[in-house]
Amino acid sequence: MTHNTAPLGKDLVGLEPLSAEQILLILDTAEPFKEVSERAIKKVPALRGKTIVNLFFESSTRTRISFEFAEKRLSADTVNVAAAGSSVSKGETLVDTARNLEAMRIDMVVIRHGSSGAAQFLGQRIRSNVINAGDGKHEHPTQGLLDMLTLRDRFKRIKGLKVAICGDILHSRVARSNIWGLTKLGAEVGVCGPASLLPRNVQELGVTILPRIEDAIQWADALNVLRLQLERMEGGFLPSLREYNRVFGVTSERLARAPKDLIILHPGPMNRGVEIDSDVADGPHSVILPQVTNGVAVRMAVLYLLAGGSPDWAQGGDESLPRAERGDR
Amino acid sequence: MKPILIRGGRVIDPSRGTDGVADVYLDGGKVAAVGRDIGSPDGALVLNASGKIVTPGLIDLHVHLREPGQEELETVATGAMAAAAGGFTAVCAMPNTDPVTDNQAAIGFIVSQAQRAGKARVYPIGAISLGQKGQQLAEFGELVGAGAVAVSDDGKPVVSSHLMRTALEYARTFGIPVADHCEDPTLAAGGAMHEGIVSTRLGLKGIPSAAEEIMVARNILLAELTGGHVHLCHMSTRGSTELIRRGKEKGVRVTAEACPHHFTLTHERCEGYDTSAKMNPPLREPEDREAIRQAIRDGTIDAICTDHAPHHYDAKEREFDNAPNGIIGLETALGLAISELVESGLLTLPELVSRMSTMPARIFNLPGGTLAAGAPADVLIADPKASWVVNPAEFFSKSRNTPFTGRRLTGRAEVTIVRGQVVFQRAG
Repeated sequence: MTHNTAPLGKDLVGLEPLSAEQILLILDTAEPFKEVSERAIKKVPALRGKTIVNLFFESSTRTRISFEFAEKRLSADTVNVAAAGSSVSKGETLVDTARNLEAMRIDMVVIRHGSSGAAQFLGQRIRSNVINAGDGKHEHPTQGLLDMLTLRDRFKRIKGLKVAICGDILHSRVARSNIWGLTKLGAEVGVCGPASLLPRNVQELGVTILPRIEDAIQWADALNVLRLQLERMEGGFLPSLREYNRVFGVTSERLARAPKDLIILHPGPMNRGVEIDSDVADGPHSVILPQVTNGVAVRMAVLYLLAGGSPDWAQGGDESLPRAERGDR
Repeated sequence: MKPILIRGGRVIDPSRGTDGVADVYLDGGKVAAVGRDIGSPDGALVLNASGKIVTPGLIDLHVHLREPGQEELETVATGAMAAAAGGFTAVCAMPNTDPVTDNQAAIGFIVSQAQRAGKARVYPIGAISLGQKGQQLAEFGELVGAGAVAVSDDGKPVVSSHLMRTALEYARTFGIPVADHCEDPTLAAGGAMHEGIVSTRLGLKGIPSAAEEIMVARNILLAELTGGHVHLCHMSTRGSTELIRRGKEKGVRVTAEACPHHFTLTHERCEGYDTSAKMNPPLREPEDREAIRQAIRDGTIDAICTDHAPHHYDAKEREFDNAPNGIIGLETALGLAISELVESGLLTLPELVSRMSTMPARIFNLPGGTLAAGAPADVLIADPKASWVVNPAEFFSKSRNTPFTGRRLTGRAEVTIVRGQVVFQRAG
């Protein structure tokens, strides 16, 4: 594989540092990778011989498995490291863990960490590519990308769409990645939630504050409903889950009054009956499972581009690429 | 001890309102004379200060010297040497050591370590509460008897308003100020930087300005109630300056200090999760920085201090959330103050010397801060025009944690004299 000048740079730590062109490149690169997962033999050799470590300091099911499938379907060799049971639980620092991994000659690290900035910190200290799989309350760029890919599948565009992000914006890395990605691609972004869960000066990020869920439903083309972390009650941010559902829950009764045919996204895992009612999650407006499917394609695209994969499909002829990329010439 | 004649410098002594070219003669550890054309007495060490300023030595009301307990970061001796190299002839050491200096034996240890070092003077600050736990008052009488010049639980705010009240009342007996780190811990809990647009972008938990201002307001009210002297540490917000100004107008015994980093940097310095900019109180917004500058100018903030806080490099080589707060400041304070406050026209050099020497001495009732005849021979000769680049590898401090690496500054100490002896002289 020819090693082009990396179109995304060395690392993917967030969507804030990316240009609209780079974000579109990832989304466009994800399109042909969708098809790989639909084949009987779900594998292309694009990352054959590459070694990838999935370094998860926080528990994760969906994101970790999605990355692992993406890596395996690109034929990379992968190792999963969870904080519990590793040297981290013996007090090793993040930078020491990373340098030791790198000493084993790896190519990429996918990191999930509870501290904001951990992915950038790592990326500045090791030569391997670093992909942020969620850092504290900062960013979760591949989630933002898969949300955008799902929106684009439905609406055939991002520009001009009105997307309301609903719930605990304050503590949400998904919200931040969505805000950056969507605004860069020309969507209008609203944030909706109790004021105790909105970050300070959030409107300076170029978003509209929608005080009530009814406002969001009137305004939006799509709702991205965030998971309400159950520990927020103990933190004194909210009185109860019951009241949250009554005031901010996305229910079919509320959706029935929407002026447009809304779609509903949720990054998971859902608290059914809290931020979203079951009949909405399972109903015709929901694109929650297509989001998960798109997650694998988006992560394949990110891994492929960071590994130096050429975005220039027309050059073709490379057996490592999926068919759609090579073009049927 | 040889007498010292400092010849031909611009002698600035705000305590006497003097500023002009003169000679300064030091003998027997005291200022013997200041005047024109003092002849060179036999055997005197003559220091040529032409083109330089000669001032009472700088006094820092707020440093952390880490001894006892964390001698790998700093000791009384290395801190006192760093102070001397920065132009300070005296520093006041906060009690958050391990063990805490909450008893006369611990205070006596700091005093004896400082004497052994023989560099800048080190005045211990005693703890307000035993173990800085915020529950039971320390024995202020014994602390003062052993050499403490103030009390503070710095690093930890005094949460209980009742304890703060009784500390202010009880401290009156001994004529010492009570210095408080103003922070409402329930608002600040878990915060890693200032709460604002930058913390929102970085996804870091913020500390709102109100966390400081609530305690500033409370402390001023309690000083008014008790008649005690409250000294407010490292002020960082616009609202704090407004509250102090109002308190002073009412005649409350409130004094305040601010640090070079708070009149130089803003929260944007935390971009990229740069832990060298992590400190508490945090770097605030441009409006706060401007308010701190104005408050230093108009005297609302009485003194410039460093909050010198040494940390090992790999403690800062962490995720931002997990890195410790604080920066070192003794060897950059004078340069930052001249570069940021004097060169910008905000302060005259005599006003700066007042904020860094005369006023600190007055607030904590310390010897020094003056070149009056008979005063301790604690003197700084500084080059206010020297241009230099901050290189932490050249610091005398054991630690290197500064956000000012590589910054070009104007003004630095050339000779520092303590008790009539040269303790620092810049090479070359």
